[in-house]
Amino acid sequence: METFIQQVINGLVLGSMYSLIALGYTMVYGILNLINFAHGDVMTFGALTSLTTAVLLQAMFPGVPGWFILLGGLLAAIPVCVTLSLVIERVAYRPLRNAPRLAPLITAIGVSIVLQTIAMLVWGRNFLTYPQLVSNNPIHVFGATVTQTKIAVISLSAIVMIGLMLLVNRTRLGRAMRATSENPRVASLMGVNPNFVIAATFAIGAALAALAGVMFATTYGVAHFYMGFLPGLKAFTAAVLGGIGNVPGAMIGGLLLGLIESLGAGYVGELTGGVFGSNYQDVFAFLILVAVLIFRPQGLLGERVADRS
Amino acid sequence: MTSIFPQLRNNAAAAWVAMFVVAVLLIALPYLAGTLGNAWVRALAFMLLYIMLALGLNIVVGFAGLLDLGYIAFYAVGAYTYALLASPHLAQNFAWIAQAFPNGLHNSIWFVIPLSAGIAALFGILLGAPVLKLRGDYLAIVTLGFGELIRIFLNNLNSPLNITNGPQGITLIDPVTIGSVNFARTQNFFGLEMSSVYLYYYLFLVLTIISIVICIRLQNSRLGRAWMAIREDEIAAKAMGINVRNVKLLAFSLGATFGGVAGAMFSAFQGFVSPESFILNESIIVLAMVVLGGLGHIPGVILGAALLALFPELLRHTVTPVQMALFGEVIVEAEVLRMMLYGLALVLVMLYRPKGLWPAPEHGINPVVQRHSRLAA
Repeated sequence: METFIQQVINGLVLGSMYSLIALGYTMVYGILNLINFAHGDVMTFGALTSLTTAVLLQAMFPGVPGWFILLGGLLAAIPVCVTLSLVIERVAYRPLRNAPRLAPLITAIGVSIVLQTIAMLVWGRNFLTYPQLVSNNPIHVFGATVTQTKIAVISLSAIVMIGLMLLVNRTRLGRAMRATSENPRVASLMGVNPNFVIAATFAIGAALAALAGVMFATTYGVAHFYMGFLPGLKAFTAAVLGGIGNVPGAMIGGLLLGLIESLGAGYVGELTGGVFGSNYQDVFAFLILVAVLIFRPQGLLGERVADRS
Repeated sequence: MTSIFPQLRNNAAAAWVAMFVVAVLLIALPYLAGTLGNAWVRALAFMLLYIMLALGLNIVVGFAGLLDLGYIAFYAVGAYTYALLASPHLAQNFAWIAQAFPNGLHNSIWFVIPLSAGIAALFGILLGAPVLKLRGDYLAIVTLGFGELIRIFLNNLNSPLNITNGPQGITLIDPVTIGSVNFARTQNFFGLEMSSVYLYYYLFLVLTIISIVICIRLQNSRLGRAWMAIREDEIAAKAMGINVRNVKLLAFSLGATFGGVAGAMFSAFQGFVSPESFILNESIIVLAMVVLGGLGHIPGVILGAALLALFPELLRHTVTPVQMALFGEVIVEAEVLRMMLYGLALVLVMLYRPKGLWPAPEHGINPVVQRHSRLAA
């Protein structure tokens, strides 16, 4: 039972981070029908920028509590990621908006590779340790152990996601985003500036990715140039699982994927009598992806994409 | 030749001369490169392997318009099939195999290469069957996931049964042996000494030429036209009576076959395989070759593969010395620079030259359409 609760908590932590990244994929896909491959690498930049900032701040203000330094790191990471994402959108995606579908996908892969190599040049190819800013003392809940970081990850993502729901459903910008994703041409006739809406979508996605990057780095204590790729891929799976283009779907899909992965990794050894171990953790996401695409391609909550081809 | 240089089509004599010149060049190439060092001959051999891979991927991406980001998985399948069937590894780990084959498994290439191709094709169908209904971008992600799955399994199938030997990979793989000619040893043909790399170069050259011929024949066949019809407009193709699913499956399995054969050759050439050779970046490199050269245009794809395969060798010989001379230290490693340039190439080609460096002369080349359009004009 303790293992179960522990894995559920770990799954929720992992899942909330997947959800945050998945939101970026799903919002961009909802509007542009584009898989923004570089999204995971934007997250890498968020994590690494916050790491550098945190190390600097720690050296400059030794007495300041860890939470503030972490906040400083996050505040540095968000503008970097937003700028990066806007530049990518402007340079690599906007000129190809009316090109055949494969074209932006191929540039997206190219951008992802370029970002990885830039990150490697700036921060080196080794794993960097994230400074220990928040107390690591375990808190015991029903026999499972939780840390402050994990509680913060779960609660902060919940708050951010509620905020995002309000933004999408209650504000002018949110309405413009929904309108553009339904039909960009009609939306622009109604006075929506699609370029602005698309840029705003990229910016929001990038800010969420920056947050997720900081969370990843603090939870696991390491950051490196390749760290965003696999979570990015899995977050995309989460977005598909929830129904791509669907904002609540991405949140639920992310949490579900985190739970499945963590429970799967925890129990696969027992269930298969030791034939497969937790080293197969990464397999689950892909198997789920294939299964969802075959049996329910619209995802759990259904996709909110007007199919224009 | 004529499909590469259409102007030679009506001039048989010129075509023969051109073919002769190209043949002499290709045969002399390793000896010219050998004067710069054996590393260049090796690079040339790898270039031919990459051309085979790029031609295979071109069938899937260029002809049928299905973006496959896990193509290297088929290369891996071919490589491991050869490695398992032509090395002592399985006999060392499984008693019953050791009993049946006390000297280890050493199968002839005439058996292993077709088998590698067949198994790779089977994997192509296995991957293709469930996912071909998907939209293009979903397909890209699923194939990427498939490529990663294969790599994860290769990495972890060393326990409880040691099938792939995990991250250490499989060593002591037999070299290619044709008749009494062992490709691992320096051979003497009528007084001409040929070392192992040269032998493999010529072997790969023959295989590459066979691949090119197959690709050209496929492109001009009923099947090739069906692929291009699907690429241009799937619904219209369906309306014309093309069985879209089967034709797409054929694209996947035929593309995979090329990967499988190239993989088996890679295995024999290296004598060693490990999962590290089959990472996602390799898939992207092959994709970059196809995209850079010209999606769907065979000469373009060959050019793209040749350029990008020889490029790292060139970088290795220039980047480090130039940086040492300028800054006194190596700031950007050749390997890093290479990946960055590949990424940039993907972006820039798509933005400014979406049909590649050497694009097809007409939209969806095939002779029938060309003749019609000439009549119309």
